[in-house]
Amino acid sequence: MAAHGAVMHEAKDDVAVVIEDLAAGTEVKVMTIEGQEVGTFSVVEDIPLGHKFATRDIAAGEEVIKYGRCIGKATQAISKGAHAHTQNIKSVRWA
Amino acid sequence: MANDIKLTGYRRENGRVGVRNYVVVISVDDISNAAAEGVSYLIRDVMALTHPYGRLQFGEDLELTFDTLIGTGRNPNVAAAIVVGIEPKWTDWIVDGIAETGKPVAGFSIERYGDLKTIEIASRQAMEYVQWASEIPREPIELGELMVSAKCGESDTTLGLATNPTVGRVLERMIAEGATAIFGETTEVTGGEDLIAAQAATPEVAAAFMKTFQDYQDFVISTGADLMGSQPTQGNIRGGLTTIEEKAMGNIQKMGRNPVVSVLKPAEAPQQPGLHFMDSSSAAAEMVTLCAAGGSVLHFFTTGQGNIIGNPIIPVMKLCANPLTVETMAEHIDVDLSGILRLELTLDQAADKALEAMAHTVNGRLTAAEALRHNEFVLTKLYRSA
Repeated sequence: MAAHGAVMHEAKDDVAVVIEDLAAGTEVKVMTIEGQEVGTFSVVEDIPLGHKFATRDIAAGEEVIKYGRCIGKATQAISKGAHAHTQNIKSVRWA
Repeated sequence: MANDIKLTGYRRENGRVGVRNYVVVISVDDISNAAAEGVSYLIRDVMALTHPYGRLQFGEDLELTFDTLIGTGRNPNVAAAIVVGIEPKWTDWIVDGIAETGKPVAGFSIERYGDLKTIEIASRQAMEYVQWASEIPREPIELGELMVSAKCGESDTTLGLATNPTVGRVLERMIAEGATAIFGETTEVTGGEDLIAAQAATPEVAAAFMKTFQDYQDFVISTGADLMGSQPTQGNIRGGLTTIEEKAMGNIQKMGRNPVVSVLKPAEAPQQPGLHFMDSSSAAAEMVTLCAAGGSVLHFFTTGQGNIIGNPIIPVMKLCANPLTVETMAEHIDVDLSGILRLELTLDQAADKALEAMAHTVNGRLTAAEALRHNEFVLTKLYRSA
């Protein structure tokens, strides 16, 4: 198993993708896909493989950035380390 | 190329290069499927390409069916083709379209003969073709002579991180050698369409792309429905993709840094080397069928959650970086790229691995989808028939 548990496209993105199932409370090292270390985060919910957690506190209505671009808006506040998915992010393209 | 595997293929009458050597029987219409299958039962190594359409279609929808059937017959992976239809006029239309390539093609219509007599005479012709084709040798070919295509299916977050950027690099290297590549999926690039337009080779191509993109959006809106619940798919959401913008950003990584040199209609053949955008659905079998009709001889299919699609005339290679899928659906995966997520494999090393697997596939090694008989031949239907 790799030393890191999640990867990001860009270090400034708002979300990281986990590369294995993570249980709530896990401390996870995050790397960019280019191999740059971003830091260590604590996930506050279970995050399944391939799903995302927030790497900062995101307020309701804020844009969520991945690939350095807006991929949707937060429909409610998302705490740092929380599961960031359809329950709290919505497309701005079609609704 | 990063490896020194020599490529071989079949050089066709019009100079195009194929990587398979099929004799096919193409049904013009649904009711001719039985006769087409009859020929394939009698004669070894003849593949029936059947489908549920071809009657009372009209306008653009009929044209697309014709273009797809003709393009399939013209594909360089096809050595020779038999066409079977209920009546001679539309049958000849397909035959004539295929004959332009110079390859052997013959049409048979069922009216005034019946299925049994048609099967007999078509089988005699098919037997001649198969025996002839069985002697066509593989010849050395260059990477730059290939036309390939790429699309993803059952996507998840691993595609944008790993699998699609790998394909992007593969296409960069192939196109640098003179190859031709097709990508598309018109609604699925929603949220990344500006980046495709920005990568267009000319302002005209950018404008053509944006028109194609907007027309598809308008079509969806005109139905009174929306794509929420369809895009992202339930499989995508299960795999961690949240919005269409996120899915699109992953999807378009397949472009690499290649300029987009043209926008193709569905099933249209590219007229020059480089990367082409084909107006198309994201439904896997429809899109790969259209790419094959456009002349692609090999498809790079990236998957996250495990789409299992294949095609009857072109090898569909599956590339996957999701470790769970690679483990649980191993028989469907040709290239395991999960090492990228573990940072054991750079994208350039992954591209080497994919190109090496491609070389084996080009040279005749069966893909997982070929071995598993995934022969999805699916026509794109634009609207209901008369």
